[in-house]
Amino acid sequence: MYAQMVKSESTQDAPEKLAAFQARIDAGEKIEPKDWMPEGYRKTLIRQIGQHAHSEIVGQLPEGNWITRAPTLERKAILLAKVQDEAGHGLYLYCAAETLAVSRDELTEMLLDGRMKYSSIFNYPTLTWADMGAVGWLVDGAAIMNQVPLQRTSYGPYSRAMIRICKEESFHQRQGYHIMMKMAQGTPAQKKMAQDALNRFWYPSLMMFGPSDKDSVHSAQSMKWKIKMNTNDELRQKFVDQTVPQAEFLGLTVPDDTLRWNEDKGGYDFAEPDWSEFFDVIQGNGPCNTERLAARNKAWDEGAWVREGLMAHAAKKRAAKLAAE
Amino acid sequence: MTDQSALFEYLLRLGDNTLVLGHRVSEWCGHAPVLEEDIALANSALDLIGQTQMWLGLAGEVEGAGRSADDLAMLRDVWDFRNLLLVEQPNGDFGQTLMRQCLFDAFHLELLTDLTRASDDRIAAIAAKALKEVTYHLDRSSETVIGLSDGTEESHRRMQAALDLLWPYVGEMFTPDAVDNAMHAAGIAPDLTALRTRFDTRIDAILAEATLTKPDSTYAQSGGKTGFRHSEHLGHMLTQMQWLQRAYPGATW
Ligand SMILES: [Fe+2]
Ligand SMILES: [Fe+2]
Ligand SMILES: [Fe+2]
Repeated sequence: MYAQMVKSESTQDAPEKLAAFQARIDAGEKIEPKDWMPEGYRKTLIRQIGQHAHSEIVGQLPEGNWITRAPTLERKAILLAKVQDEAGHGLYLYCAAETLAVSRDELTEMLLDGRMKYSSIFNYPTLTWADMGAVGWLVDGAAIMNQVPLQRTSYGPYSRAMIRICKEESFHQRQGYHIMMKMAQGTPAQKKMAQDALNRFWYPSLMMFGPSDKDSVHSAQSMKWKIKMNTNDELRQKFVDQTVPQAEFLGLTVPDDTLRWNEDKGGYDFAEPDWSEFFDVIQGNGPCNTERLAARNKAWDEGAWVREGLMAHAAKKRAAKLAAE
Repeated sequence: MTDQSALFEYLLRLGDNTLVLGHRVSEWCGHAPVLEEDIALANSALDLIGQTQMWLGLAGEVEGAGRSADDLAMLRDVWDFRNLLLVEQPNGDFGQTLMRQCLFDAFHLELLTDLTRASDDRIAAIAAKALKEVTYHLDRSSETVIGLSDGTEESHRRMQAALDLLWPYVGEMFTPDAVDNAMHAAGIAPDLTALRTRFDTRIDAILAEATLTKPDSTYAQSGGKTGFRHSEHLGHMLTQMQWLQRAYPGATW
């Protein structure tokens, strides 16, 4: 997911305090920034929300890659609006993280020097216009699977950020699917592009949910705290069940020979992605890790004079105002 | 030149300015110095693309040859573009982008203000809609230019350099030619000399607050809005912008 393999942090707090905290969560109460919370809860949330925010920001790059090559004015406007939304999502999430006493700049530094991660999916290249379709359809589609339940997460600011984000995500997925539809119904070359995009993005999209965590203690703790709402396998299954009929409707083939409807479980059986590839990608060896981080570092470094200039100006204005008073 | 062909040319100028500048600004998406700026730049680009759809849509109607806004954007070559040289200049650093934006916005705002009173209702209506957006663009770009110019030593130096670099492209906006004159006579376009006075008042105030020095030179590069001689930059932009339409002719997207 946007937040993959977030390890929960251990907590040293007194058992009675922990129990009272857990009781609030079990009762469906929202935890607010000023409330007492276990250190492990706070740290896990920072890691998870931060990783989610970074994913929105780095996620601008693969789609931003096609804004200047969009085939029509309307497509250009839609794609630009979509990528702009993702920047907005990053902003909401950084604001939510800041309520946990970590600044946006600190989080950014941790992204830029590799201490914090972002979703593996954004380390794949976008090679054709059909990839704009596949990303909206599959990547935003997978994100929605995770984000919809997170609207009910226990941490108030995170939950409210998710509610705002979810309002925009369905447009993202629809515009992606619409691109795919045009191409799947288009010329033979367009159809080929659409199939090729599905071939390349299918397994990386399945990886977004992370490896199976049904036996993970970290996930169990996060689920108890309601900062993780479902297991990775549950979400992946839901995603496959939703997406396969959509691919059929497009007349495209999911690149999985083992894909079968399983009447008993009421869902599809499907092949697992290659998890060794996943671990390569999150360790920095994906096809675009280097470029993505370099692009973010370049924007940050080359923007330093701008941030400093604007801050210096604001300080001058404050000083002038004080002097006038 | 017939009035109809002058009108077509004039609409291309309006639409190509917003098309080319919108494209340039969209190049920043995902790469701006601060998240808020990234979002704001995308906003401006979106407005400009929307204005392009209206201007070029109307241009296609006036031409009457069945060309849509997309056809005009995606299937003309450099010499058929009618945008100002200013807007095709590369982004450079963030300061250069904002300086270009501010100079264009100040011109654009005055131009649109007059176009809301054009004798052609279609033009007046588009101008009125665009004017609201551009008023906001100028607020933002002028504020940022002022903030950066009156910030640190480095940011001041960069902003002065941006102004010096771009100033030679200001004159073209106000140098009338046969198309401008025909449109002025038809009660559509304003008198560019009067427009320049209002532009100068605005820009002088911004530059004063920004502590920047207006370049002495009045030399003006030209050739953009007539299409006679664009800069080398425009062709490279078109290779990206038009690539899909050129590589897969007739496909719908
Ligand atoms: Fe997203
Ligand atoms: Fe998002
Ligand atoms: Fe999205």
